[in-house]
Amino acid sequence: MTPYTPEEQAEIRRRQKSRAVVTALILGALVILFYAISVAKML
Amino acid sequence: MASKAYPVATAATADWRDFLALTKPRVLSLVVFTGLCGLLAAPEAINPVLGFTAILCIALGAGAAGALNQWYEADLDAMMKRTADRPLPAGRMDRQTALHFGVGLGAFSVILMGLAVNLLSAAILAVSILFYVLVYTVWLKRRTPQNIVIGGAAGAFPALIGWAAATGRVEMLPVLLFALVFLWTPPHFWALALFINSDYARAGVPMLPAVAGQRATRIQIMLYTVPMAVAAVAPWAMGLTGAIYGIGASLLSGMFLLLALRVGFSRETEQAKMKPERHLFAFSILYLFMTFGLIVADKVLA
Repeated sequence: MTPYTPEEQAEIRRRQKSRAVVTALILGALVILFYAISVAKML
Repeated sequence: MASKAYPVATAATADWRDFLALTKPRVLSLVVFTGLCGLLAAPEAINPVLGFTAILCIALGAGAAGALNQWYEADLDAMMKRTADRPLPAGRMDRQTALHFGVGLGAFSVILMGLAVNLLSAAILAVSILFYVLVYTVWLKRRTPQNIVIGGAAGAFPALIGWAAATGRVEMLPVLLFALVFLWTPPHFWALALFINSDYARAGVPMLPAVAGQRATRIQIMLYTVPMAVAAVAPWAMGLTGAIYGIGASLLSGMFLLLALRVGFSRETEQAKMKPERHLFAFSILYLFMTFGLIVADKVLA
């Protein structure tokens, strides 16, 4: 039994989606950063 | 930022903005600025990518410390108006999620600093996070009215970390910058504590004006300002910086001393009429940004 109403569940889904998008953006930024660090360390 | 609370808070009920709020983003500006100044004032240049990484790690480490602080103080935050809407007391996130986030972010910042920059800066970053969480938050904050003095040390680390990131060493100048922020924190916060109504006392946190009274707080403000001014001028006196910093820091410190004396000798008890206290608080922020800016300007222009 979920303690949430259908409206609350919809809102939670929306938040999960926004968290997933932000996490993906952060991971993408880290890929670029680690690549740049690798290049900088080789110089 | 203030989103709806749920009957059962879990990681799933938190918005990404709630995770951001855990890191206390408003505190980060000072941390990033002093860290950047420490890095730029160092005698050796650092690769811009590694410099950016170092500042990022300082910011992430400070964010982790903020998250762990909110994890530990959720009960206290719930009792104070200013903090009651934070993600944990507002019921938008559970404590375990905040703990995992703080520990993970802290570990990531230290490991990245160690791998990308150097081990010394990573070690100081780890010490600063642990100091803020264990010594300040857990041990001293609820036990002594000098809590803010100890908390000041945590805020003083970034300049040292920035310098260590660029040079791999700890030298006298960044130690003096550490001392400057450390000694600046008490007069800065106590000036604010005099003229705002905080509910720290209700939450059981012994802030100096509530515990020792206004008179004692005013005396302590003056007492801390003197060594702070000495620490600010010392880099010039010791030949570590040029006249640009020396003259600027002397003038700024003189102004700070004057404002602190006005606060010290004031007998005003009505908060609405406490103009010298407001002036000192506003000037203290400008003071720190300008002295650190001068350190960098002195190095660049000299």
